[in-house]
Amino acid sequence: MTRRSWIGWQFVAPFLAVFALVFLAPIAYSAYLSLYRTKLIGGTSFVGAQNYTKALHDPQFWSAVGRVSLFLIVQVPIMLLLALLIALAIDSGRLYGAAFFRISIFLPYAVPAVVATLMWGFMYGSQFGLIRNLNEWFGVTLPDPLAPNLVLAAIGNITTWEFVGYNMIILYAALRVVDPSLYEAAAIDGAGQFRIIRAIKLPALRGPLLITTMFSIIGSFQLFTEPVVLRTIAPNAILTYFTPNYYAWQLSVGGQQFNYSATVAVVMGLLTMLVAYLVQARAVRKAV
Amino acid sequence: MVAAPTIRPAARRRPRPAAVRIRGRKSWTLTVLTTVMLIYTMLPLAWLVISATKTQDGLLSSFGLWFDGDFALLDNIGRVFTYQDGIYLRWLGNTVFYVVIGAGGATLLSALAGYGLAKFEFRGRRAVFAVILGAVAVPPTALAVPTFLLFAKAGITDTVWAVIIPSLMIPFSLYLMWVFARDAVPDEILESARVDGAGEFRIFFNLAVPLLSPGLVTALLFNIVVTWNNLFLPLIMLKDRQLYPITLGIYTWNQQAQTVGGDVVFNLVITGSLLAIVPLIAAFLLLQRYWQSGLAVGSVKQ
Repeated sequence: MTRRSWIGWQFVAPFLAVFALVFLAPIAYSAYLSLYRTKLIGGTSFVGAQNYTKALHDPQFWSAVGRVSLFLIVQVPIMLLLALLIALAIDSGRLYGAAFFRISIFLPYAVPAVVATLMWGFMYGSQFGLIRNLNEWFGVTLPDPLAPNLVLAAIGNITTWEFVGYNMIILYAALRVVDPSLYEAAAIDGAGQFRIIRAIKLPALRGPLLITTMFSIIGSFQLFTEPVVLRTIAPNAILTYFTPNYYAWQLSVGGQQFNYSATVAVVMGLLTMLVAYLVQARAVRKAV
Repeated sequence: MVAAPTIRPAARRRPRPAAVRIRGRKSWTLTVLTTVMLIYTMLPLAWLVISATKTQDGLLSSFGLWFDGDFALLDNIGRVFTYQDGIYLRWLGNTVFYVVIGAGGATLLSALAGYGLAKFEFRGRRAVFAVILGAVAVPPTALAVPTFLLFAKAGITDTVWAVIIPSLMIPFSLYLMWVFARDAVPDEILESARVDGAGEFRIFFNLAVPLLSPGLVTALLFNIVVTWNNLFLPLIMLKDRQLYPITLGIYTWNQQAQTVGGDVVFNLVITGSLLAIVPLIAAFLLLQRYWQSGLAVGSVKQ
């Protein structure tokens, strides 16, 4: 190795050391744990793929996967469409106070998920929430967002609130670097705003939209904080296997089933990668 | 997982000619529609601020979006800091500690590594890249349970290290620093410093770091958010209340209402929440210029 090559490694090495410790090692250890089973009597024994077979036939696990899949299919498109519309509106130059809108709509990103969930949870609530206020004022009975059948939508609203501005900023940043001479040329050709959006802006957003979609999919599959915190407000609406992460946490901390918990984490990681890969492959094929 | 990065040197942020910006007339319809979104964004925050001024009884008896008779904000703040022997301050201190060491360390590690990847040719560089780009797609929450299992084996759960060590690695921050180092640090400057006989790490800290500062601020700010807002990691790692960060602390205060015989302190949960979000919101508002231009460079060139 040349001297310069060695110096390059010195810069990268500290990051790689931490990477190995908190990324590669936990994954490897989980994969290892998932092949064993520990019993109170008889100790730990190698069971091969048995934990995986169990996961594949575990109705609680699949109910959790189904729930986050439904969440993904509904919440992610709504949130990204809103983010896209706001980014286009702010970039159009036709908005009064565009800079104010940009920073204000982004701010929820800086609010911890715990606080965001508590605020919305209280507002949804029947104790001192806005729903109660509305019911009393108008003498009506609005549907309870914290009822078991609506609680997933209630969580969808919370995550939309948290991340719509973040996604908007990323899309907006991409719009800002579009070469302005393109707009001039389009204007000379007599193209209107919508034509410009279709022909120039949306193509420029293809990459960033793919990235935001991927991050949103991954985020949906990993849903955890919002249901855990909301459970302290609506204990009856949220089950301990509400999402796969929740389930894995319950298995390890609540149930001491470390081997099975590791299995659930591994399966969920693989599923997430698979879906993210499929979405990317599809997006790339469309683009070609 | 992420599309191969391409660098377009021409894609610098450029001010648009005034003619193009002003040509489109302002639209009230569009402004009103966007205002609806703004109201949606601001509603919970307004609710939080108003509710922080109410007593526990006032919360239950008054309308959520307007003030109650007595203004109890200062009283609530005082009680937040004294409740349970002033543990809130301890939690706040813990969070600051985790953020300084965790997010600060993560930013330093990724600045070093991003610079190393951008400015040095070395064997294995492409492999390092491939692995880390793949890791960008894996969120920290997916790793929380596996990391807990590993740390439990190593016997370091329920210590500050259990929270700090995983916080040190944020692949997205490395990605951002790599893009910045490539674009903002010209090779010629480095070469002339080497000719002058400066050491590589001195060159990094004295020459590269000032040029990287918008990227550093952006990465640091987003790393702070990730660390400050994290619940899963401390929830799974910590049992000792004295080690809790602020998010976990507020969560347990709210949980008390569900426990039989637990002290119901919604007013403290709400005021504590308000106090916990002020620093980050202030940081984002004050550092707007840096992180918005930082994101413009970082997010586009994926």
